[in-house]
Amino acid sequence: MMLSYIISDMESGIIFDIKKYSIHDGPGIRTTVFFKGCPLSCWWCHNPESQRICIEKLYAAGRCIGCGDCVAACPENAIREMESGLFTDPEKCLQCGSCADICVADASEMAGRKLSVSQVMAEIEKDTAFYDASCGGITFSGGEPLAQPDFLSALLIACKDRRIHTTLDTSGFSEWKAMDLIRHHVDLFLFDLKLMDDEKHRLFTGVSNRRILENLKALSAGGHRIRIRIPVIPGITDTDDNIAAVGIFAAALPSVPPIDLLPYHHFAAAKYERLGNVYRLMDMRPPAAESLTRLADLLSGLGLTVNTERVISHGDF
Amino acid sequence: MAISDRVLRLRKQSLNTRPVLSPERAELMTEFYRKDFPAVSVPVRRALSFQYLLEHKAVCINDGELIVGEKGPFPKATPTYPELCCHSLSDLEILDSREKIPFSVSPETRAVYRDGIIPFWQGKSLRDMIFCEMTDEWKAAYEAGVFTEFMEQRAPGHTVLDDKIYKKGFLEFSRDIQSALSRLDYLNDPRAYDRGQELRAMEICADALIRFAHRHAEKALVLAGHEIRPERKVELERIAEICFHVPANPPRDFHEALQYYWFVHLGVTIELNTWDAFDPGRLDQHLHPFYQKGIASGTLTRETAEELLQCFWIKFNNQPAPPKVGVTAAESGTYTDFAQINIGGMKPDGSDGVNDVSYLLLDVIEDMRLLQPSSSIQVSKKNPDRFIHRAAGIIRTGFGQPSVFNADLIVQELVRQGKTLDDARRGGSSGCVEVGAFGKENYNLTGYFNMPKVLEITLHNGTDPRSGKKIGIETGQPEQFARFDEFFDAFVRQMNHFIDIKVRGNNVIERLYAGVMPAPFLSIVIDDCIAAGRDYHDGGARYNTTYIQGVGLGSLTDMMSAIRCHVFDRKTLSMTALLTALADDFSGHDRTRRMLMNRTPRYGNDDDGADDLMKSIFEAYFQAIDGRKNTKNGTYHINLLPTTCHVYFGSVTGATPDGRHAGEPLSEGISPVQGADRKGPTAVLKSAAKMDHVRTGGTLLNQKFTPQVLKTDADLDRLVQLIRTYFKLDGHHIQFNVADAATLRAARRRPENYRDLIVRVAGYSDYFCDLTRALQEEIIARTEHGSF
Repeated sequence: MMLSYIISDMESGIIFDIKKYSIHDGPGIRTTVFFKGCPLSCWWCHNPESQRICIEKLYAAGRCIGCGDCVAACPENAIREMESGLFTDPEKCLQCGSCADICVADASEMAGRKLSVSQVMAEIEKDTAFYDASCGGITFSGGEPLAQPDFLSALLIACKDRRIHTTLDTSGFSEWKAMDLIRHHVDLFLFDLKLMDDEKHRLFTGVSNRRILENLKALSAGGHRIRIRIPVIPGITDTDDNIAAVGIFAAALPSVPPIDLLPYHHFAAAKYERLGNVYRLMDMRPPAAESLTRLADLLSGLGLTVNTERVISHGDF
Repeated sequence: MAISDRVLRLRKQSLNTRPVLSPERAELMTEFYRKDFPAVSVPVRRALSFQYLLEHKAVCINDGELIVGEKGPFPKATPTYPELCCHSLSDLEILDSREKIPFSVSPETRAVYRDGIIPFWQGKSLRDMIFCEMTDEWKAAYEAGVFTEFMEQRAPGHTVLDDKIYKKGFLEFSRDIQSALSRLDYLNDPRAYDRGQELRAMEICADALIRFAHRHAEKALVLAGHEIRPERKVELERIAEICFHVPANPPRDFHEALQYYWFVHLGVTIELNTWDAFDPGRLDQHLHPFYQKGIASGTLTRETAEELLQCFWIKFNNQPAPPKVGVTAAESGTYTDFAQINIGGMKPDGSDGVNDVSYLLLDVIEDMRLLQPSSSIQVSKKNPDRFIHRAAGIIRTGFGQPSVFNADLIVQELVRQGKTLDDARRGGSSGCVEVGAFGKENYNLTGYFNMPKVLEITLHNGTDPRSGKKIGIETGQPEQFARFDEFFDAFVRQMNHFIDIKVRGNNVIERLYAGVMPAPFLSIVIDDCIAAGRDYHDGGARYNTTYIQGVGLGSLTDMMSAIRCHVFDRKTLSMTALLTALADDFSGHDRTRRMLMNRTPRYGNDDDGADDLMKSIFEAYFQAIDGRKNTKNGTYHINLLPTTCHVYFGSVTGATPDGRHAGEPLSEGISPVQGADRKGPTAVLKSAAKMDHVRTGGTLLNQKFTPQVLKTDADLDRLVQLIRTYFKLDGHHIQFNVADAATLRAARRRPENYRDLIVRVAGYSDYFCDLTRALQEEIIARTEHGSF
């Protein structure tokens, strides 16, 4: 036990954020650890900076004071001063982070940090008193935590060693081997189901849903606590056909999980801009309250427990 | 429940009446002091003046009200206290015309001041005496904004009532006084004469209050005689019966208990313009026996009790804080007079103190949504979560009340200061966040202390760069310090120098109050003034505490951290370059400013690097003050709260090493610098809990929340757990501001549509539209940052 602990402590991985007082991602007061890297590329992704499994540069033009420090500091001469602000040549940039290190205005920042298990645990443990008081704990999210299975496993084991409640927020897209490695250290799965039609799933997320559905079935059969989360994206996931199909699938699982409907929000647009990426849902608006109610009724009609608030109360776990 | 028409009408009247400066008290006081009077001692003369006021002031009974009595001749008519500080004609002009917190001053009132009050009191008020006695170094520090002086125009109050009046009438207090008089030993006690004079003064005041109540009874009977509405006639007759009975005798029911307290409140606040104008303290516990008795006998229902409490609330709101004089009149201040009703906590035996009246009071707070009185919940680990959850539901509405205190820690704080366990458990919080042994303590806040200003002076070797005057001691040229520790030591020496100046001043002012401005009425209700035959201002209370309130802890921590990090550790900036950037207010030094702000470990992020510095500063401030002796056989302690002084102190402090521009506000209370905390509320609470709150008499932590994180019932559970955790970590107090930035911006643009928008400022709530622009900006910044 002790030996495995020491070895796993040496694991490291790429994390893009650690967020405290997270109260909508599992029971109680939580710290959410966001993994960087995701095999999916959903059009509506709220954390586009989490998609690539590497450290990458973010640039917020509004914060730039034009001091030119980063231009001088870049070893590849990849940064040019333009009239509209700074331009980083993606061909030349090696994502080394020299620009972010020197930038006192926090205009250039690196998304993603390589952290060891003990570094992450030190941050997690700072809020132990809050988890204790609220039956809270840690949520691993992303990105897709299962894309770094050894790191995730080491963190989960370290949490369970310290008697901290663990939640895994996952797309479900991984080899069963990875899922099997971690599943006994996870107290609660927040399992995303987006589209039941595989063709559409491929179109909007970039991958097939076959493996996701298999993993969900296997976890359910294994008796794990699961909540299914459906992102409600107007015109994409919110059709009656899709929701009914999710409902029927869920109702047939060995242990029927409750379902959360997560309404789309528009807050991520600025992040795409800072990454220099195109946001394909620029004109999308959040779903209307009536539409959420309609979908919730549809699922309830199938005998499922549905929650439309992002917030989950204790009784639900 | 539905609010009765009566309450709606009285509430509306209270909200819509513009505060007026009333010359009534000043005129009566001037009349009294103009008269020839027998050669009497100072306390007796003060008592006779009190009697004269209560005998001659107008008696006001507003239509429909159930609790009667106003401080002035009518609601919101605010008296002045020329014997303490006399408003000049230009003060009156400012009060009448200033945009925020105005008081109407009629031409007639101005004439009365010009012809009668000012000529009589000018140069003779206590404030004049105080400034005569203060030394040049005191004045220099005061004018530079190193500290403020609470006692220069408001009397030491800072005291709260316990349960004694609910058991004892003023006739019995009089008997106690007579018995103390009869015990005086003129043979062996060299102070027997002084005690005798003080006790005689108390006796006069006790009679005066009873007579004052009787005047209300008589007026109620007259009104009843003319009343054509049968229900109101019955009410007026009942009011008359009550006012004949209390405060002379102990109250017999819920209604009488409230009316009795209100007469005492009026007595205390008419006698002197005490700071933190007095309050009933643990109201739920005081009222609970009357509530139970009334419900059991069928003479009271929850609804009638609630209506009486609502009427009681309105009486507080009818009394704006007395306006100030001199330079501070130009600053807006606030209408609130800092009465803070305590709810919950523990009983004297240490058990859970939450009862039916606690929940009733929370309902009243939510329904009334009034600025005054302020309210707090006292959270003991023994209280049920349901109680905090109920209060959280009110906090969520964004009205800044109630604030939240750690009852278990308050007991520890009071016991550390030397109170008995029983006295400590009967205590609580008052004013902003100050702790006290209710009914038994004179805990006197004497002024705010501008810690960052001391750093600025240290950086200039004793000179205030704003005026160029040398007002401190020479602690060394800043460029000469080889190590950070040496610089820190220099700061500590400079701080001790100014604390010495402040304490020397306090020692004079405390004696001036004891000698010239005794408060025999207040002394009746504070133990052990009667038994000791000593005035409240002269050490008569069982406990006597003097506080100096530290301001700018978060700012100072970040400043120190920036200097340590950039000048000494990383050497990214020379001391000379830093001083140049500060002298230029960062103009042309934007890069330096960003570096100081963004590349410095800062307080509020649960970062031990910065937080350990905060602890060192806390320790230095504690060592500079705690344990010094005051003039009342009591002791100095510290607390950390700003009210709105962090804005004033910021305005007199130049650019600082945390990247703050000259004139901008400092951090408030023990909260981090606005925008410096980037890791959410748990990190702020962890940082704040690292100081040893037990060794303070109160700390103030402001936490901003956007409505999004307080939407559902489960969100409120999280808030309850957040509070519980902070208190488990021995935090003293937390308060919440809940309003989104968009709402606040809209309120600034169209104040007329947001007249009732109340926000938490610092230890109290205020109408957003009444705040100065600087404070409004600060609260918007605070709010925007809360988008975690």
